[in-house]
Amino acid sequence: MMLKVHSIQSLGTLDGPGIRFVVFLQGCHLRCKCCHNPDTWDMGAGKEMTTAELAERVARYREYFGRDGGITVSGGEPLLQAEAVAQLFELCHQGGINTCLDTSGSIMNSRVKKLLSVTDRVLLDIKYTNDQEYVENVGCHMKPVLDFLQVLEDMDVPTTLRQVIIPSINDSAQNVHCLREIRDAHRNVDSVELLAFRKLCQTKYQSMNMPFPFAHIPEPTQDIMDKLTALL
Amino acid sequence: MTHTNWDGFKVGVWQDSIDVRDFIQTNYREYVGDDSFLAKATQRTTDLMNQVQDLFRQEREKGGVLDIDTKTVSSLVTFAPGYIDKDKEIIVGMQTDSPLKRSVNPFGGIRMVRQACEAYGYKLDESVENVFKYRTTHNDGVFRAYTDEMRAARKSHVITGLPDAYGRGRIIGDYRRVALYGLDHLIACKKADKKAVSQRDFSVESTRLSEELFQQIRFLEYLKEMAAMYGYDISEPAKDAREAIQWTYFAYLGAIKEQNGAAMSLGRVSTFFDIYIERDIERGILTEEGAQELMDDFVIKLRIARHLRTPEYNDLFGGDPMWITEAVGGMGEDRRSLVTKNSFRLLNTLYTLGSSPEPNITILWSTSLPDAFKKFCAKVSVDTDSIQYENDDVMRPIYGDDYAIACCVSAMKIGKQMQFFGARCNLPKLMLIALNGGYDISSGIHIGPQNPVLDGDKLDYDQVKERFEQYNSWLMRLYVNTMNVIHYMHDKYAYEKTQMALHDTEVERFMAFGVAGLSVVTDSLSAIKYANVRPIKNAEGYIESFETTGSFPMFGNDDDRVDLIAKDVTHKVITELRKNPTYRNAIHTLSVLTITSNVMYGKHTAATPDGRKAGEPFAPGANPMHNREENGALASLNSVAKISYDDCRDGISNTFSITPNTLGTTDDERCVNLVSILDGYFAKKAHHINVNVMNRETLIKAYENPEAYPNLTIRVSGYAVNFNKLSRQQQREVISRTFHQSL
Repeated sequence: MMLKVHSIQSLGTLDGPGIRFVVFLQGCHLRCKCCHNPDTWDMGAGKEMTTAELAERVARYREYFGRDGGITVSGGEPLLQAEAVAQLFELCHQGGINTCLDTSGSIMNSRVKKLLSVTDRVLLDIKYTNDQEYVENVGCHMKPVLDFLQVLEDMDVPTTLRQVIIPSINDSAQNVHCLREIRDAHRNVDSVELLAFRKLCQTKYQSMNMPFPFAHIPEPTQDIMDKLTALL
Repeated sequence: MTHTNWDGFKVGVWQDSIDVRDFIQTNYREYVGDDSFLAKATQRTTDLMNQVQDLFRQEREKGGVLDIDTKTVSSLVTFAPGYIDKDKEIIVGMQTDSPLKRSVNPFGGIRMVRQACEAYGYKLDESVENVFKYRTTHNDGVFRAYTDEMRAARKSHVITGLPDAYGRGRIIGDYRRVALYGLDHLIACKKADKKAVSQRDFSVESTRLSEELFQQIRFLEYLKEMAAMYGYDISEPAKDAREAIQWTYFAYLGAIKEQNGAAMSLGRVSTFFDIYIERDIERGILTEEGAQELMDDFVIKLRIARHLRTPEYNDLFGGDPMWITEAVGGMGEDRRSLVTKNSFRLLNTLYTLGSSPEPNITILWSTSLPDAFKKFCAKVSVDTDSIQYENDDVMRPIYGDDYAIACCVSAMKIGKQMQFFGARCNLPKLMLIALNGGYDISSGIHIGPQNPVLDGDKLDYDQVKERFEQYNSWLMRLYVNTMNVIHYMHDKYAYEKTQMALHDTEVERFMAFGVAGLSVVTDSLSAIKYANVRPIKNAEGYIESFETTGSFPMFGNDDDRVDLIAKDVTHKVITELRKNPTYRNAIHTLSVLTITSNVMYGKHTAATPDGRKAGEPFAPGANPMHNREENGALASLNSVAKISYDDCRDGISNTFSITPNTLGTTDDERCVNLVSILDGYFAKKAHHINVNVMNRETLIKAYENPEAYPNLTIRVSGYAVNFNKLSRQQQREVISRTFHQSL
């Protein structure tokens, strides 16, 4: 099967445990105002690669993975290509390579379930902790994401919750408290990572002739990040 | 044979013949624990190091050279003893009578000595000039024998950096032999060897060997005399750890007093020392703190070693390096690692004394090394950017388990093998000369077979390849012949008497050739093959630049279409080299290593089909050209790993810079991830990697404000430098290199 690939990063250390070979897929149905990679949105763009070709690529890095590392498929939104990603993960598993999926968790269907059955870990991007902010800043409701998390729990998929901390929107103790509650309510969630909102992507928006919706928001200080992380 | 100073050591064949490896294997104790046993610097060490730091500051302020003795020719016994602070020093001995004072060593060539003195505001003394009026130097000999074509190759920079005007270096004496056996025994063995040679027919070979043995014996006697000047009798084996380190250091010191070779490497001493340290600790006469002090003091001595160089030399080998390379770790043939507590102590000097480019600490990495040691090495890299890694798993099957590294990446069995150093040829320039049918556009020199300039609007890959191979064959013959001249003359006029005395009498020799600009020539060939390259000619009809349209795969992206071109180019170079006989039947080897000469090589090379502009630096060593890597760090490493060590037995150097945040979020994560990267890269049979964990911004700040970063150390190409000691142009090139980061 074919996958639409945006780019490949052969050395990832931030998207899953250990050393990760990260495949960024092309195409996303969400329009998060904080999005770092607007160039991955367009479903028509990207480079087509077969799952076999990608699996062969990943296998070239097996020696670097050690005990914990492996492949991470990110995006864009990988769930849009769930069937092909599942096939890629199956091929990886045949080669003994650990699989990790970085997703918004906003789509659920039988193809997605099939994918989750061959996923060793999910990095679930819980963008906000209330529906209003989801609707305003993402363009979807929060409930599908919580339902997705429930499926992960039912299927016993180890999960890391991740959230980008955006000053004035979700940089509050209250928000982190909500995240903790979500974590504690699901036994498959073993970690929560807070990521600092970054504005390096502004040049991308400029080159694409698009406004960056959060251009006015500053990056959070390390101090705030440390304080919020301590609340987890 | 036995000796009271050997009490407590396990018996072995090492007692009956010179066999340091057997002594180590029989007596060392592997250490698989972590670094928690290490001691901190004592007050004595800190005080002494502060004095040294102050001397370094004065040296910097004086433009890089603190002082020169222009009257006294450097040798083993020509200088009175020198000290930093006699009462505080535990290990003694220095090259001249005062720390950081440089000596003159005209045996390799007096012209460079004269120029070096003048560059720093001194004048070589008349008395030295007079003596050398009547003495042939290595440099004199070489230029008497050079052919016109050899001179043209040198002048056009298609072969550059040749050791024809100073000591060749890259020879490692087995300095440990002095500690283990004492000089009297070593002298007796050499005398016996000389006697055996006297039974032979006196061919050129045996006559030469007989004279060499005479010289070796004489210089071992000088070595004894040199130690006596410092109040030590080194005729007997060392009796404890301090003596073992002192005796070994004296032997090394003798070598650097006698020779000013580009790379004067140390070998593999730390595990050897560990045996003595363990014995002393068991006997209750040494503590952990004391053991660290011994290593600290030894390393301080190595850090103040200096040679006098010209500014032109610094263009090639920036940062005033000595390449006091010490190989640490590695596995034994019995599958025990050679890691001992003293391997940790040596690395610990980067904390007790602060980070430093010297000694050039080289970890012989095996995926089987103890985990705790791997992790400590990674921590040292993350903290200090001072160490490099080489693949023990590819070298051990060839060199056994008692080899060391000369210079950056040149492996050899200690005391059993040596090499004739041969700098490198400029591959992109060779390609341009081939396209222009034997004309070097940069220098305006006609050289090589004369042919029509390649014609056509678009360069044809097969035609270019055929032409390139023809010129490759021509240059490699010239290169071997040039090296034969150089090393014949070096043996004749500047033979390494002390170092060769610390080798077996029958040694195996390598002749180490090199290439520069591998990624440039690879990407250029890829451009010709996969894109459209239109040659642009000047008024005289020679190609002076190129217009390249369309895309082409570039080295550094784990793409076989281009990576295999690099592998093929190196294979063709060594294959052609091997067709030409070498001086003393040396074995041809090849390196992909530039030191910092990639900047100078690029400066003398016109535009290339890959899009590199005229005068722009090459990438260092085997590195992909910066910012052509699109798939991240591991893809880049995989590309380099495809170059075969079987073709490049003199080493394949890769310099790797990564930002701390890309390597991981916490220090622990960074160390664990770096270990995974090293394990993976070396499992791919790659040979070497320099690791820098730093942000480009740090270098930019140091570039703009050097005073604020006096000790900033960075790995450049097979060695480390103090960033401030690089030229401005070299600094800019280092800053422009790829820093792997993921956003």
